Amino acid sequence: MFNTNINFIGNRNIFLTFSSILMILAIVSLGVKGLKMGIDFTGGTLIEVGYQEAADLNLLRSKLDENNFADATVQNFGTAKDVLIRLKLKEGVSSADLSNQVLETINKDSKSPASIRRVEFVGPQVGDDLAEDGFLALLYSTVAILAYIAWRFEWKFSLGAIIATFHDVIVTLGFFSVLDIEFDLTVLAAVLALIGYSLNDTIVIYDRIRESFRLMRNKSTEEIMNISVNVTLSRTIMTSLTVLLVLVSLFFLGGEVIHGFSIVLLFGVFFGTYSSIFIASPVALMLGISPADLMVPVKEGADIDNLP
Amino acid sequence: MQNSYPLWKNFSIITAFLVALIYALPNLYGEDPSVQVSSVGGNALSQQQMQQVEAAIKATGVSSKAFEFKDGRVLARFTNTDEQLKVADVLRDSMGNNMTVALNLAPTTPSWLQAIGADAMYLGLDLRGGVHFLLEVDMDAAVKQKEERYIDDVRQGLRTGNVHYQSVSKDAGFIKIKLKGPEDKPALMTVLNKDFRTLDVKEPEAQDEVWLTLSETEIKETKKTAVAQNMTTLRNRVNELGVAEPVIQQQGENRIMVQLPGVQDTARAKEILGTTATLEYRLVDVEHDVQKAVEGHVPVGSRLYYEKNGAPILLDRRIIVTGDQIVDASSGMDQDGRPAVFISLNGVGAAKMGKVTQASVGKPMAVVFIEYKAETKVINGEKVRHKEKVEKVISVATIQGVFSKRFQTTGLDGPQEARNLSLLLRAGALAAPVDIVEERTVGPSLGQDNIDKGMLSFIVGFALVVLFMAVYYKLFGMIANMALAFNVVIVVAILSLLQATLTLPGIAGIILTVGMSVDANVLIFERIKEEIRDGNSPHTSIFLGYDKAFATILDSHFTNLVVAVVLFAFGTGSVKGFAVTLIIGILSSMFTAINGTRMIINWIYGTRRVEKLSI
Repeated sequence: MFNTNINFIGNRNIFLTFSSILMILAIVSLGVKGLKMGIDFTGGTLIEVGYQEAADLNLLRSKLDENNFADATVQNFGTAKDVLIRLKLKEGVSSADLSNQVLETINKDSKSPASIRRVEFVGPQVGDDLAEDGFLALLYSTVAILAYIAWRFEWKFSLGAIIATFHDVIVTLGFFSVLDIEFDLTVLAAVLALIGYSLNDTIVIYDRIRESFRLMRNKSTEEIMNISVNVTLSRTIMTSLTVLLVLVSLFFLGGEVIHGFSIVLLFGVFFGTYSSIFIASPVALMLGISPADLMVPVKEGADIDNLP
Repeated sequence: MQNSYPLWKNFSIITAFLVALIYALPNLYGEDPSVQVSSVGGNALSQQQMQQVEAAIKATGVSSKAFEFKDGRVLARFTNTDEQLKVADVLRDSMGNNMTVALNLAPTTPSWLQAIGADAMYLGLDLRGGVHFLLEVDMDAAVKQKEERYIDDVRQGLRTGNVHYQSVSKDAGFIKIKLKGPEDKPALMTVLNKDFRTLDVKEPEAQDEVWLTLSETEIKETKKTAVAQNMTTLRNRVNELGVAEPVIQQQGENRIMVQLPGVQDTARAKEILGTTATLEYRLVDVEHDVQKAVEGHVPVGSRLYYEKNGAPILLDRRIIVTGDQIVDASSGMDQDGRPAVFISLNGVGAAKMGKVTQASVGKPMAVVFIEYKAETKVINGEKVRHKEKVEKVISVATIQGVFSKRFQTTGLDGPQEARNLSLLLRAGALAAPVDIVEERTVGPSLGQDNIDKGMLSFIVGFALVVLFMAVYYKLFGMIANMALAFNVVIVVAILSLLQATLTLPGIAGIILTVGMSVDANVLIFERIKEEIRDGNSPHTSIFLGYDKAFATILDSHFTNLVVAVVLFAFGTGSVKGFAVTLIIGILSSMFTAINGTRMIINWIYGTRRVEKLSI
C-alpha cells in the first residue's frame, strides 16, 4: 500500500521551518501564558461531588460565596450531575476540615444532597516535591536515552532523536498552554510515555538508515535517508494508527479523569509520528551524519548489530 | 526447515500461555461483601471468641453465605452490602471493645486457585475507593518535646545529685543551668557525665552556668523514634477504624503514607487520623485558689486548665506521664460497678507514676487531652505553618493508693465515656504532632465508575486494533491478534502474581500496550512484505522478516522501557501503576509478538509448500 518515494529529506526546509514556527509559538505561549498547573503541583483542594440530577452551578457558587469560599471555582465535570470544586490553599483551615466544610455548605438547605466522589488535597510542600520529582524524571529519562542512542548509534543520531522528541514535548505542552488544559501528575506521566513512543518511532527509522548505509555504498547520504524513511513509512503509519485507535477509545470512553492523559498522547503520537518522519533524519543530516560515522562501530564488532 | 521451532520451544511457549491463563483466572471471579473480625492487638482470635462471633451473627437473623476462620480472623461473607452493613453494626456494638470489625470485599476465588497462590489483581484506591493520606511528622516539635523532657530530668538529676542550682531553663535552643555558685560546677559535671551523656555540654564565660544541647545522634534518634512511634499509633488508630487492608508506610525521612481502601466514612477517618492528640497525667494543685488564677494570678508551679464542662482547674506544672508511655488501655467496670479505664504503663512511666503516687495518695490527678490543629497563615507573603494547641482536662480522679505499672481511672460519666477514653489512650497519643500534607479520597461510586470506564475503553480499543490488524494483514493479522490477546493475559497474570497495584492510569497503560505491542508485528510483517517484493520465496521472506526486524524491535522497545523505568522510579501513587503496566506490557509483548506469532506461523506455513502468503 505504501510503496512510496516521497522526497522527505529534500523538502526538509519546509518542514523544519514549519516545526520551528510551531515550537516558537509553543514557547511563546508557555512563556506568556504558562501551563495551567493542577493542584498536584500548585497545592490546593479539589472536590468532586455527584448529584442525582443536573446540578445548579449558580446556586452552588452563591452558597460558597456566602460562606467564605469566594475563591472557589465551580464547574461541571464530565456530566451535568458531577461538579468539580477547586479551592486554593487556605489559611487557618486544615485540609481535613475543608472538604467537610464545603460539603456541609453546599448541602445546607438542599433537597437532594451531594455525595463526595473525590477529594484531593495537596499541601504546598508536597506540590513542590511532586513538581521536582516530575522534572527530575523528565531530565533523567532524557539523559538515559541520549546515552543509550549515543552508545547504540552515534552522537549525531542521538542529538537528532533528542531534538525531534524535544520538539514533540514542547509542541504538546504548548498545545496544553494554548487550550488551557490542566497539567497534572497523570498528564506528566503521559508526557513521559510520549517521549518513549516518539523515540521508538525515530529509532526504527534510524535503524533502517544505518542498515542502508552499509548496503547502499554508491548512494548519497540524502538519498539513503530518503529511501529509508520511505520503506519504513508504512510501518510508521500503521503503528501510529493502532496506537491512535486505542487512544481514541480511551479519550471517548475512559472518563473525565483520564482525559488529560489521552489528549497528551493523542496529540503527542500524531506529532511524534510527524517528527520521526520529517524532523529526526534531517536534523541528523544537518549535523553532518555520513555513512563513515557508522562504519567504525561495526568494525569494532558490535555484537547485536551483527545478528543475522 | 528454517520455519519450524524445535519441540522444546513450542512446549515452553504453550506452557507459558497456560500458566499465565491460570494465574489470570482469579480476576474473572467477583467479590463478596464481607465482615472481617480480628482482635485489636493483632493477635489471633481464640476458638471461643470465634464461636462468640458466630453466635452474634446468627442472632442478627442474617444468614451468612459463608463463615470462615482463618489466620486467627473471622471472615463472614454475605450476599449484599445491606446485610454486610447490618451485621457489622451489630458486631461493632457488641464486641467493638476488644475486637476490630472491618468491612471487606472478599474475593470469591476458588480454593484450588488460592492454593497455588493465584489471586486477583490488587486494585488501587482510585478503583476500589478509599482514602490516601500523606502525613508529615513535625520534627521540630518532636525535638522540642524531647528538650522539655530533658529539662525535667535534669532538674531531677541535680536534686538527687545534691547539686545546688538556681534555675534550669530553655533559652535560644539551649538548656541553660544556672548554679548557685561556681563551686557547684564539679558536682554538676559529675552528674552530667554519669546520667546525661546524650547531651552536649557547652561552658560559657560565666563560671556559674552550663549550657546543654541535644547531641547530633540524640536528635537523629529522636526524629527516628518520632516517626516510628507515629507509625505505631497510626496503625492502632487505623485498627480502631476497622479497615480490612490498611497500608501504612514511611515515605522519606519524615512522612508517613496511610491508605485505607474501601473506607466509606471518610469524615470519620480524617477525624481520627487527622487530629493529632496526646495525653498527659498531672497532679491537681489543691493548695492554691482557682478563682484567683482565673483573674490572672497563676501560681508559679502551676498552670490553669479548663475541664470539659468549662470549669477552671489548677494543675501542677510537672508532667507525671505522657501518652506515649501508655502501652495498653481497656474499659470495663471496677469492683464497685463503676465505669473505669484500666491502664498499663511502660517501665519509665511506671517508675515515675510510682514515685508520684507514693507521695500523693488521696490527692486528685488529672488527665489532660491535648490536640494540635494545624494552620497555615500568610505573614509578609510567606506561608508560615502554625500549630494551635488545644488543651482540655478530660478526667479528674482521686489517687486511691500507690500504683505504678497498672492502674485504673474512674470518675467517668458512663460506660460510653470509658470506652472512648480507653480508645483514645489505646490508639495512643502521637509522640510528635503530624499534619496531613496530602489527601486523596475516592468515593466508592467513582471507583466503580473508573473500573467500568477503564474496562469499556479497553474492550473497544482492543476490538478496534484487532479489526484493523485483521483487515490489513489478513491471516497474519489474525495471528498477531492471538499474540495480542496472549499478551494481555500475560500482563494480567503478572500483575496478579506480583500483586502490583492496578490504578486507572495502570489500566490506561494496559490499553496503551495493546496499541503499541502490535508494533513488533507490524515491523515484522512489513519486513516480510518487503522481502517478498524483493523477489524472495514466502518461506525465505518469513525467515528474513523475523530476522531483520529483531534488532529493530529490540532497539525501539528498549527506549520505551527506559522511559517506563524512569517513570517507575520517580512516579508516585497512580503514576507508578501506569509505569508498572507499561514495563510488564513492553517486555511480554516482545515475547508474544515475536515468539508467539512465529510459533503459529510455523505451524501454518512451516512444513508445506506455499505460493503466496496471506499478509
